[in-house]
Amino acid sequence: MIVLISLFIIGSFGSLMLQNNDEYSNAWTTFFAIAGSLWGLIFSGLTIISGSGSAFVAKSSSLPFLSFSVSIDYLSAFFIFTCSLITLFSSLYGWGYVKHYYKKYNIGVLGFFYHLFIAGMFLVIMATNSIFFIIVWEIMSIASYFLVVYDHNDEENVKAGFLYLIMTHIGTAFIISAFLLMYSYTGSFDFAAIKSGAGAIPLVAKNLIFLFAFIGFGTKAGLIPFHIWLPAAHPAAPSHVSSILSSVMIKTGIYMFIRIFLDMIQPAPLWWGLFILVMGSISSVLGVLFALTEHDIKKLLAYHSIENIGIILLGLGSALTFTSLNLPIFAVIGLTASLFHTLNHATFKSLLFLSAGSVINATHTRNMEEYGGLMKHMPYTAFFFLIGSMAISALPPFNGFFSEWLTFQALFNGIQLMGFYPKWIFIFSTGSLAFTGGLALACFVKAFGATFLARPRSSHAEHAKESSASLLIGMGGLALVPLLIGIFSGNVVYLLENVSKSLAVFKQTSKMSFLTTPLGLSVNSGFASVSDPAFILFLLITVCMVVVISRYLINRSQKETVARTWDCGTDLTPRMEITATGFARSIVMIFKGILKPSIQRDISYHDSESRYLPIGKTITLKTHDMHHTHFYQPLYDIMTALAYKIKKIQSGNTNAYILYIFIALIIALFFIL
Amino acid sequence: MNIVIIVLQLILVPLVSPLFIGLIKKVKALLQNRQGSSLIQPYLDLWKLFHKDEIISKDASVIFRIAPYIVFSVTIVVGASIPLFASFIKNGLTGDMLMVVYTLAIGTFFLSLAGFDIGGAFGGFGSSREMTVSALAEGGLIFSFITVALINHSSNLFTIAASNPFTHSHYFLSLTLALGGFFIVLLAETARYPFDNPATHLELTMIHEAMILEYSGKRLALMEWAAANKLLIFCALLGNLFFPFGLAANTSITSLIIGIISFMVKGGIVCVVIALIESSIAKSRFFRLPDLLMVSFILNVIAIGLIF
Repeated sequence: MIVLISLFIIGSFGSLMLQNNDEYSNAWTTFFAIAGSLWGLIFSGLTIISGSGSAFVAKSSSLPFLSFSVSIDYLSAFFIFTCSLITLFSSLYGWGYVKHYYKKYNIGVLGFFYHLFIAGMFLVIMATNSIFFIIVWEIMSIASYFLVVYDHNDEENVKAGFLYLIMTHIGTAFIISAFLLMYSYTGSFDFAAIKSGAGAIPLVAKNLIFLFAFIGFGTKAGLIPFHIWLPAAHPAAPSHVSSILSSVMIKTGIYMFIRIFLDMIQPAPLWWGLFILVMGSISSVLGVLFALTEHDIKKLLAYHSIENIGIILLGLGSALTFTSLNLPIFAVIGLTASLFHTLNHATFKSLLFLSAGSVINATHTRNMEEYGGLMKHMPYTAFFFLIGSMAISALPPFNGFFSEWLTFQALFNGIQLMGFYPKWIFIFSTGSLAFTGGLALACFVKAFGATFLARPRSSHAEHAKESSASLLIGMGGLALVPLLIGIFSGNVVYLLENVSKSLAVFKQTSKMSFLTTPLGLSVNSGFASVSDPAFILFLLITVCMVVVISRYLINRSQKETVARTWDCGTDLTPRMEITATGFARSIVMIFKGILKPSIQRDISYHDSESRYLPIGKTITLKTHDMHHTHFYQPLYDIMTALAYKIKKIQSGNTNAYILYIFIALIIALFFIL
Repeated sequence: MNIVIIVLQLILVPLVSPLFIGLIKKVKALLQNRQGSSLIQPYLDLWKLFHKDEIISKDASVIFRIAPYIVFSVTIVVGASIPLFASFIKNGLTGDMLMVVYTLAIGTFFLSLAGFDIGGAFGGFGSSREMTVSALAEGGLIFSFITVALINHSSNLFTIAASNPFTHSHYFLSLTLALGGFFIVLLAETARYPFDNPATHLELTMIHEAMILEYSGKRLALMEWAAANKLLIFCALLGNLFFPFGLAANTSITSLIIGIISFMVKGGIVCVVIALIESSIAKSRFFRLPDLLMVSFILNVIAIGLIF
């Protein structure tokens, strides 16, 4: 564990020292990041398989309350594993990707913050003391802020970074309040001590802690309505960093949800789980709807992160609900589903971000309307993006299907077991998960089609070239993971089930696995079961048979002529293809109540007075994020109005200030006596 | 004997699906006072297409070339993973309802990408419309499956089909509502009226036909055949999940023959109903379709709410 952190610390300061030479500094960064993440993978993998956690406490701090105590149990080992896996491939990819920043920006600084950010993330997952936790949480947040604004010549990126900084600190304020509330009732900042003293917290305070922690960590996780920073900040960062931000950093919020709600302040009242279910449903449906309206490829992926966080919360919410009702077996299904989706989302989302980065590197734009036809120029990138799209749309045989399947099963249990009102919340959540699946599929047909298929729509796309080997190896390695997790979903779920059962609330459940069969997954003693190996084998054999029969057996003397697409007699131009905006337009119009699309038509004329000879027409299609207009704008207005009211006491008159001090003293005296 | 049953389960859907397309066309022709083409005409069409040369767009990428094989194979896999004529096959590996829904989605995914790929205006709009309809239909489809799964305490389609229909008489209302919801989804997913017109090549009304417009020769044959398979898959699901009569419960010859006959009869009845609907109503405007799909979803939500 010390080795892990020190590798990243060496990496960070080393790259800062080598900042004068781009090449060396980049190689240093990559080497230590890969070494560190490999170490993390082996170390956490062994912890999960062997089942022996380790703790390391350094009490050498001279400050009161603060102790650098870290420990690794099953749950943190799982999150460290996910984090290391993504860091490994992203760093490999980053080696080649960073090259286009040479001479433009300082590579040493990038390496410094990159390592600091990853080390911060690892420490967040390991920390077991609230104050130490807040410190490393801030290290992670600040370092990621500097990564977001790394490309600082673009005004947009600086703005996005600022929004991120503000939102993340509002979140931190809520987190600190939650920890202080826990301290005031349990008298300790140590996680273990809080856990053992949790019975002393009255229900009202517990609910407050829940809400504060939900807002605080929900901001980091990108939950709607605290998500507004996410679609701005994630695209701004360099692509290998976006991949880590989107697939791992937002999961630290999920980690703390599990840590606090399911581990530290148990038992939980019923409404917590139901509340999380509702919020998860809202995030998943709105996330995918907003993604559909985007034509910036990285923003689209960022909105999908919000959607997937919603899906993870559906599993977590059902776990929490079942725990409150003392149905631990069903709760384990929900928690395992959410952990499984956490792992899966990390793999395919970072794969998608890396391949999007490869496209951006080749075309120098993030606008999907300027892509098109890239499959012919960048076949490998296209193939990796296709795998990512299939996995995130929950198509078998990739891993996304199996975690969504498990989430569905957790929700079905809720429909079967709950009383009247909770049952309807579970039905609502199931419905939103079903619609999310369909809409995500539509969104990725749009993303893949507009980017890689048909004809190029700009000269950038026409002259695009396939990326370098380091990028391809990074993506290719990661592209295997969704398929492998899919095939071995039974084994992976077996391990994750053990991770879930390691929490104290589930101690009394049987040690036997009740989610896996030798060939795949199965829940509730045969209510439902699936097997990926069987499915893949079946599909592969069928495809081979169909190809052989139709190409070679029926008639082998046919010719294939290559000719133009049918064009109704005119010449087809790239302007006649469907665009990303056009593709999603019908869904946007159907959901116009939520998405608020607007059309603005501008016509410019040669003769502006008589208006007979138009030069050209511009049509601007926009959608509005209703959270800006209906949540943040009113909030902002209230805050400003309040600030103006408070301003009045600042008269600038010394006598008035003396009066204030006097009043304050009297009040203080009252409290002391 | 077991080998025969497994082979039959594998090839039954592709073997008889063109017949049902022929049946719908025949019924529609009769209702229009025409004689119509013979029932086996779809087989002859497929045979003809398989022997024709192909023209492939120069804009098309590899997706366009492989899509027909994937789309067709997916319908074979799904066709073999659902109960057709026998319910004693305990397929615990791929017979899960969500597995079937998402496997069919693979076909939709590649079909839409293929429509996108040729770079014409038709294909792209076809895929956009297809994805809109299928995204909204997914909620109704999954929910009607959940209704029957919750009533039968299993989400394995074979277990549901093996249940005794008369034990669920107190769920009659739920099942009826779910059946209504499922039937709407069936029309949407198989590109039938009022969602799509399978006989049109008019640009304003095409959905499914627009996506496969550029295909020719054997790839077109595979796409047409896959569409026929999908129609039969949905008919079989409707027949066997909501009316689980007549399925063979053991391997005796008589029960197998009864199973196959009842399968053909159920499929035939559903197809005649589809043909009647197509002959009696008009195609809806595209932006009316979401309302219909929401009706399907809400019917199913009520159906689940009525299960206690």
